[in-house]
Amino acid sequence: MALIDYLVQGGQMLLVLMLAPLLTGWVRWVKARLLRRRGPSPLQPYRDLVKLSRKEVVLADSASWLFRVAPYLIFAALWVAASLVPTFAGGLPFSWTADLIAIVALLGTARFFLALAGLDVGTSFGGIGSSREMMIASLAEPAMLMMVFTLSLLAGTTELSAVARFMLTADVGLRVSLALALLALVIVAIAENARIPVDNPATHLELTMVHEAMVLEYSGRHLALIELSSSLKLVLYLSLVACIFAPWGMASAGAGSAAYGYAAVIYVAKLALGGVLLALFESSIAKMRVFRVDQFLGAALMLGLLGALLLFVSRSL
Amino acid sequence: MSDGSRLHAALAAGEFVGGHRPWPRARVTPELWRELIQGLAGGAWSLLGFWGEPDAVHLGLWEESSGTVGVASLSCQDGQFPSVGRRHPPAQRLERAIVDLFGLQATDAPDHRPWLDHGRWPLAYPLAETNARARPLPPYAFLPVEGESLHQIPVGPVHAGIIEPGHFRFTANGEAVVRLEQRLGYVHKGIESLLRGASVERAARLVGRVSGDSTVAYGLAFARAVEAATETEVPERAHWLRALMAELERLANHCGDIGAICNDAAFALMLAHCGVLREKVLRASAVCFGHRLMMDGIVPGGVSGDLAVEGEKALRELLAEFRRRFPPLIDLYDNTASLQDRTVATGFTRPALIKQFGCGGVIGRAGGRAFDARRQPGYPPYDRLEFETPVLGDSDVNARVWIRIREVEQSLRLIDQILDGLPAGPTRAELSQSGETREGVALVEGFRGDVLVWLRLNAGGEVARCHPRDPSWFQWPLLEAAIENNIVADFPLCNKSFNCSYSGHDL
Repeated sequence: MALIDYLVQGGQMLLVLMLAPLLTGWVRWVKARLLRRRGPSPLQPYRDLVKLSRKEVVLADSASWLFRVAPYLIFAALWVAASLVPTFAGGLPFSWTADLIAIVALLGTARFFLALAGLDVGTSFGGIGSSREMMIASLAEPAMLMMVFTLSLLAGTTELSAVARFMLTADVGLRVSLALALLALVIVAIAENARIPVDNPATHLELTMVHEAMVLEYSGRHLALIELSSSLKLVLYLSLVACIFAPWGMASAGAGSAAYGYAAVIYVAKLALGGVLLALFESSIAKMRVFRVDQFLGAALMLGLLGALLLFVSRSL
Repeated sequence: MSDGSRLHAALAAGEFVGGHRPWPRARVTPELWRELIQGLAGGAWSLLGFWGEPDAVHLGLWEESSGTVGVASLSCQDGQFPSVGRRHPPAQRLERAIVDLFGLQATDAPDHRPWLDHGRWPLAYPLAETNARARPLPPYAFLPVEGESLHQIPVGPVHAGIIEPGHFRFTANGEAVVRLEQRLGYVHKGIESLLRGASVERAARLVGRVSGDSTVAYGLAFARAVEAATETEVPERAHWLRALMAELERLANHCGDIGAICNDAAFALMLAHCGVLREKVLRASAVCFGHRLMMDGIVPGGVSGDLAVEGEKALRELLAEFRRRFPPLIDLYDNTASLQDRTVATGFTRPALIKQFGCGGVIGRAGGRAFDARRQPGYPPYDRLEFETPVLGDSDVNARVWIRIREVEQSLRLIDQILDGLPAGPTRAELSQSGETREGVALVEGFRGDVLVWLRLNAGGEVARCHPRDPSWFQWPLLEAAIENNIVADFPLCNKSFNCSYSGHDL
């Protein structure tokens, strides 16, 4: 293993962290333009993070140690998860750790702590948020795993960079199962990132919040970490979609620095495109009733299941 | 009085008060008072208003069949009056407000908790003859809710968005709302105290600030009440200009509401477009009358300024813009399935309740109550203009959006007619002075519903007592009923579709 591979691996970890606020800002900016508003600069989330990190932390009297620790745990879990996804280069030193099931587990851990933190202070909004989040998660997680099964059956592995490599080979062909898995993943991504129609990241209505309700009591650097974690999660899901379903332009191990640079540009372009698509989708749809979310995510689960079944059926023929 | 009105016939058993215009007011005995309450409870007439004085209480009544208004007054012996809320629930909050403000006691009242007074006023009973020092109040007791696995969600009075303060106490079973109890009064400003002894000019400015978004409607109601009391003839042109202002106000507010309701379902596109339209209305209003909200544009006797020279052109352009840009927005609303999924069948309000509460405005008309003060009892120049009053029966959020859409269209039509037919002439008349005590009452259709203003001018022409009643008094309680059996997350949508005034209610 060359030193450059380790550097690239490190660079990848830093890249997702540095890009995360920009992607959030970009989606917000595109949405504002779609509404014919000028919108804040895409760099605004960086400024917000700096502002929040300088502010004093206000803690509720009833907050326990868990409430204070949770932001760090959540941030750590999500940063690791986001770093595991091959962004612009595959076959790196730590690629073997980039297991889809590990990523799902890390996401689950982060969610678990966030929900606990929401309950910890004992406000009714936190409780509502946590209960809604858990309802959504209990449906999103199986759908995600179903999608993972479909992929691993196809590629013969759950390691992401191997999946990406497999997707680039000619013998993938056009498969219905893949289309179904893509749909399932997109639905799960929308739900997990608290986007419209499942949740509204921009709402000020306490009673309709899911994610925002859980973090309502956070302030200062804690809130900055939570916000950064949410941005990381968005990057993670978009990278995941890009890595599995559009791995073109990804550099393989041992490529020169020019190739790495080129691949990084392509990756950023993919994220930007993903952001535009997300903004378009969000602007064209209203938020659904809380109790419709199960049908929405149930569809993802069914799509994942159908994808896996179709694979078995087509194999046995 | 023999105008076929059972209400007036009933009031005739009392003693009519001279100098109360345009509808009669009668001093009644406690027996007759009870009879009138009986009529309220039986649905013979509905409640228009209920307000106090240091030694009397007044009941404003509306009889739909004859389209007449009547006021019954009961002088309070030993500071007591028989409760209206006991037999007729819509009066309960108004009754509690009377108790808070005047220190009168409603005997046999079903609810003795204070309403506007939260124990933070410097003095108790601020409008009573002799007011006591502030008394410490016991903690507000919310109504008990019993049952398994119920939990309470307190919301407000300070909200996450920039809106007025009000407290909502939800009792929910998971997501399903079992009971909502409101607590209002956080923006009590003491307007009725300020109005005592104010000159007519100052009072007009005060009443125009009861609820800023309805300033034209309040200004108009106050002006009409003063003109009724003083028997002032308002020039024809002033009537038309007032209607123009009122329709512009309706247009701006309905546009804002349609967008805001959609935004509460996270459909920001409608808010953005409706926001642009609303802004255009406000700018056109500023061009026409020199103020975006047309505050103080209506004064007793007429209007404060004539339509600006470039006003007509600005309005014609506004109408053209609306006709071009509004229909696509209606289509967008109607064709967005995800949005319809949120609004249809959400926040259903029983038409029977709407009728019982005499709830006016959009909420009433969305639930089958066709009441529109512009038509009945009616006031000029609407008798010479053609317009429809849209009525629907679904009584859900969707119906309330549609009523607003239809009313926007009607307002455009009205503005068009007003511009075409605007008569020339003076825009203001002097108020006639008589040196006697005179009383007036007026009912005006604002964008929320019917605004009632009752006032008494003393011999010097100053306001002795004035009571502006916001339509929200009869709409807030219905919101409590509308949210039952809905889910907690749908409350903002229901609330926005009602869009009641906090400021107008808390006064």
